[in-house]
Amino acid sequence: MTTPVIANIIEAEQGTSLWQDAWLRLSRNRLALFGLAVLVLFILIATLTPWIAPYSYTQHDLDLGATPPSAAHWLGTDIFGRDMLTQIMYGGRISLAVGFIATAVALLIGITWGAIAGYAGGRIDAVMMRMVDIIYALPFMIFIVLLMVVFGRNMLLLFLAIGAVEWLTMARIMRSQVQSLRQQEFVEAAISLGLSPATIVRRHLIPNALGPIIVYTTLTIPSVMLLEAFLSFLGLGVQPPQTSWGLLISYGAESMEEYPWLLLYPGIAMTLTLFSLNFLGDGLRDALDVRGAKD
Amino acid sequence: MLTVENLGISFVTRMGTNKAVDGISFTVEAGKITAIIGESGSGKSVACYSLLGLIPQPPGRIDSGRALFQGQDLLQLTEAQLRETRGRDIAMVFQDPMTCLNPYMTVGNQLMEPLRYHKKVSKAQARERALELLEEVGIRDPASTIDNYPHQFSGGMRQRVMIAMALINEPKLLIADEPTTALDVTIQAQILELLAALQKKRNIGILFISHDLAVVADIADTIVVMQEGKIVETGNRDDIFRHAQQPYTQKLLQAIPTGGKSEVLQKSEPLLSIRNLSTWFRQGKTHVKAVDDVSFEIRRGEVLGLVGESGSGKSTIGRSILRLVPITSGEVIFDGTDITALAARELKNMRSRLQIIFQDPFASLNPRMTVFDTLAEPLLLHGLDNRSTVGASVLTLMDDVGLARSFVRKYPHEFSGGQRQRIAIGRALATRPEFVVADEPVSALDVTIQAQILDLMRELGKEYSLTILFISHDLAVVRKLADRIVVLQKGKIVEQARTSELFEQPQQPYTRQLLQSIPGRALRVNAT
Repeated sequence: MTTPVIANIIEAEQGTSLWQDAWLRLSRNRLALFGLAVLVLFILIATLTPWIAPYSYTQHDLDLGATPPSAAHWLGTDIFGRDMLTQIMYGGRISLAVGFIATAVALLIGITWGAIAGYAGGRIDAVMMRMVDIIYALPFMIFIVLLMVVFGRNMLLLFLAIGAVEWLTMARIMRSQVQSLRQQEFVEAAISLGLSPATIVRRHLIPNALGPIIVYTTLTIPSVMLLEAFLSFLGLGVQPPQTSWGLLISYGAESMEEYPWLLLYPGIAMTLTLFSLNFLGDGLRDALDVRGAKD
Repeated sequence: MLTVENLGISFVTRMGTNKAVDGISFTVEAGKITAIIGESGSGKSVACYSLLGLIPQPPGRIDSGRALFQGQDLLQLTEAQLRETRGRDIAMVFQDPMTCLNPYMTVGNQLMEPLRYHKKVSKAQARERALELLEEVGIRDPASTIDNYPHQFSGGMRQRVMIAMALINEPKLLIADEPTTALDVTIQAQILELLAALQKKRNIGILFISHDLAVVADIADTIVVMQEGKIVETGNRDDIFRHAQQPYTQKLLQAIPTGGKSEVLQKSEPLLSIRNLSTWFRQGKTHVKAVDDVSFEIRRGEVLGLVGESGSGKSTIGRSILRLVPITSGEVIFDGTDITALAARELKNMRSRLQIIFQDPFASLNPRMTVFDTLAEPLLLHGLDNRSTVGASVLTLMDDVGLARSFVRKYPHEFSGGQRQRIAIGRALATRPEFVVADEPVSALDVTIQAQILDLMRELGKEYSLTILFISHDLAVVRKLADRIVVLQKGKIVEQARTSELFEQPQQPYTRQLLQSIPGRALRVNAT
């Protein structure tokens, strides 16, 4: 009689958090695992680039010029005779960093802001969301240019600036989610248990709003990477000899007809990242939705 | 008129094939009402929807059977032929009149649509016909309301509109799927009366789907009892109610709440006094007086029933006591303390002594928290347990509310409605409160489950020596549990009395009307 009871207690004490369950479900989704593996690999490569890159990123050979892939240069060289593999590896450092850091900034601000506004409601909500509207209305380019002029060109600032623009939509999504969730009886039940508003938001509201947030996050990371390319192209972001995938792609597009490999390989790197993000995002969404997968 | 023979339907999913309907046969005669009774999941709705081709295939699959209606087999018709039949020869009335009416179309246009589609009549003729029908189903002053939108009608009126819509092409068979389940008892009584009257007048056949035997007791001619896809018993009404042969049918009959409990008159001091409580909600520039100057007391150990229709303010009173809605004025004195005046910190401690059980167990549990998390939360929050002792407490709690211990790691969606309500009860009782508001705790449940939950609440009430405010629109349910009853109408108290007194000698006309609306009158006459 006692044995199963004790077993139950042990099991109960260990409990399972939402995250443990989600990981279990995610690990059964092959596409998502593939996405995760690719991303981890890319991040690893980006981190180790200075040590493992075949050439230095400043090394060029004008006499060599653009050559197709060869034994010495696996992915070919560009018109200045720079090694493409090295370029892509260094470019990935910037692109991935911008993508993840700027999105993390956007997530942090957006979720907090949206959840507070949505839960508080009334006047606080009105003031907070009008602020979002005002920032939305500011011309984004002017905002960035101003930042660059005042603080000088700085990679960290670029991350922050992009994140500071992308959080707006995140906040709106979070707010509408929280607004509809807080009408539900389980939130009333939490209030009547005596939970503080902060705990209710953290334990009851945010986990239930994660689905749309994750999907939007996987859309934000690629759009942030493209935004960085755009800014760099205008001369506001990364400057040569530093490079990023966005820059490589836009240069590659110019000479697409003569030297297609200049566009092809950065393109593949970017596409693979975006695909992986989407697979992982879909997988995460399903894994976090406890109703979706049946064991 | 309709003969269904050996109907079998399965649903094919990745998890395997699930036989929803397993070889059932029944008939519906012209001018008669056939009722199909069963709990949710018994296949009663699936069987009836398949007659109109409303089962999505796949995953649905019709395995066998025939459904003869006017000489043709409904199951063999093409989609185009079915469209001809739907709405013209066979019409449907659904459970929830709000979701079945298009909110962006006036009621008149929605009424005229099926008529114009099937009969090609002019707009003026269609409108005239629509007006006649609205009159017939009891809509007051149809000429001025026909151009209103659905939200401008009350629930009962919307269901009347749905019935008018079903009748507009003079169908020969009407399929009504739980048409009164979403309605208050008084409105339910009116709709049932209307259906019975229309059926006699027009001599149509009605196939009435319900989970509640009491509802069909007054109107059905033939009753078909279904369980797990099979027909358990078929018979005419009197046979079923007087000499049910099958144990399952008898179980359903016993689940109908009848009779009261032996009430205990508490002489103890009041645990909770509500004095001149008003809760108003702003609506535009005016106020809706949801609760309007209400005063009553609950003695320690008492079960007080709070009864009223939707909109009577009964739920708002429950929420006002727990400070889940801001009150406008008045006092709520609990054990000598005015709850309405408590500061946040004191309120948090007070909350462990007052708890609430909600109506809809599908909305009142956080879908992303396991049973363990849900039950452990209040225990940890109020410091009744620490991380190492909470596991044992959760399991004891699960024993108390009748949940198997092996469910501890499951999520709410893996449970049935009744089990979910047990989890919700467990959460409310975790802090060992003295007072519990039960806000329609059984009205979202099947009758047999309803009976189990009511029994559970009665037992736990004793075991935990609870004082309960039991809120319900259903007097029959309240009678099973309450010592005293307070009747509310439009935010004011109409009558309060001991339960037996209220049932035997209701003083107010409104109370009498409520009592007469309890379904299953025929049943009670037979029983006594």
